[in-house]
Amino acid sequence: MRTILSGLFAGLLFGVGLGLGGMTDPANVLGFLDFAGAWNPNLLFVMGGGVGVFAALFPLIRKRTGPLFAPSFDLPTARRIDGRLLGGAALFGIGWGLLGLCPGPAIVNAAVGGPNVLLFLGAMGAGMGLHAAVQKSRVGRAAARELLAPDA
Amino acid sequence: MDGILVPLAGGVTIGVASALLLLTTGKMAGISGIFAGTILPGTGSERAWRAAFVAGLVGAGLLIAAWMPEALGKPSASPGLVVAAGLLVGFGSRLGCGCTSGHGICGIGRISPRSLAATATFMATAVLTVFVVRHVLGGN
Repeated sequence: MRTILSGLFAGLLFGVGLGLGGMTDPANVLGFLDFAGAWNPNLLFVMGGGVGVFAALFPLIRKRTGPLFAPSFDLPTARRIDGRLLGGAALFGIGWGLLGLCPGPAIVNAAVGGPNVLLFLGAMGAGMGLHAAVQKSRVGRAAARELLAPDA
Repeated sequence: MDGILVPLAGGVTIGVASALLLLTTGKMAGISGIFAGTILPGTGSERAWRAAFVAGLVGAGLLIAAWMPEALGKPSASPGLVVAAGLLVGFGSRLGCGCTSGHGICGIGRISPRSLAATATFMATAVLTVFVVRHVLGGN
């Protein structure tokens, strides 16, 4: 229950921050990404503020033996910079640049942004499902190879 | 100055929210992962706090609509373009293990080389996409 309330409050606060920062207006985001047009640098301050505060608080929180309402911290463990990371990021950036929507602002706009936002969220969910399916079949193929040719 | 303070306050709020999620649940505020964990099957007990986080984001949209509606804007594009953008954002964020929040804020905040590389990559392709759409194709 406490993790649910924590999630709810963190989501609410995060969303308000996106609104204050102007991330919830796709035109504003596209203006930031448009270096060759009338460049709008505001989102640089959003990112700077977010990164700065998180960078300052992260080491303090990590000094604790664990989080308040869960047994342990759950941090990413991957270290390798590989094609999947960069290819995924590249595709993500193209999608972001097409419309000016990334996942957080799209969800914030879910109830108030009109039909295009819902269409975007549906397609985003489908893209995530597609990735899960591809991942699953890749794991399945690897296991099958192992079974058929255990010495390989 | 005025133009800088409000976006900065937004960024600070985002940073505080991410730190709060880490302090309470031990999790990174990566929204693509949180959303995927809410809608895709097989995440079990982890689903509840993720769904609550998503609900909080949706609630924030209602608050913003009431208090500062000028901060919201509707994306204007053809349905085909909207679907293509959504598919790319969804598939790409999962393949690349994160989006603007997980890599761009939390990852860079904890100085993760993977997140720095991912953020540089998606910023570059996003800028390039906007350039092509606006200045080469002459779209919106």
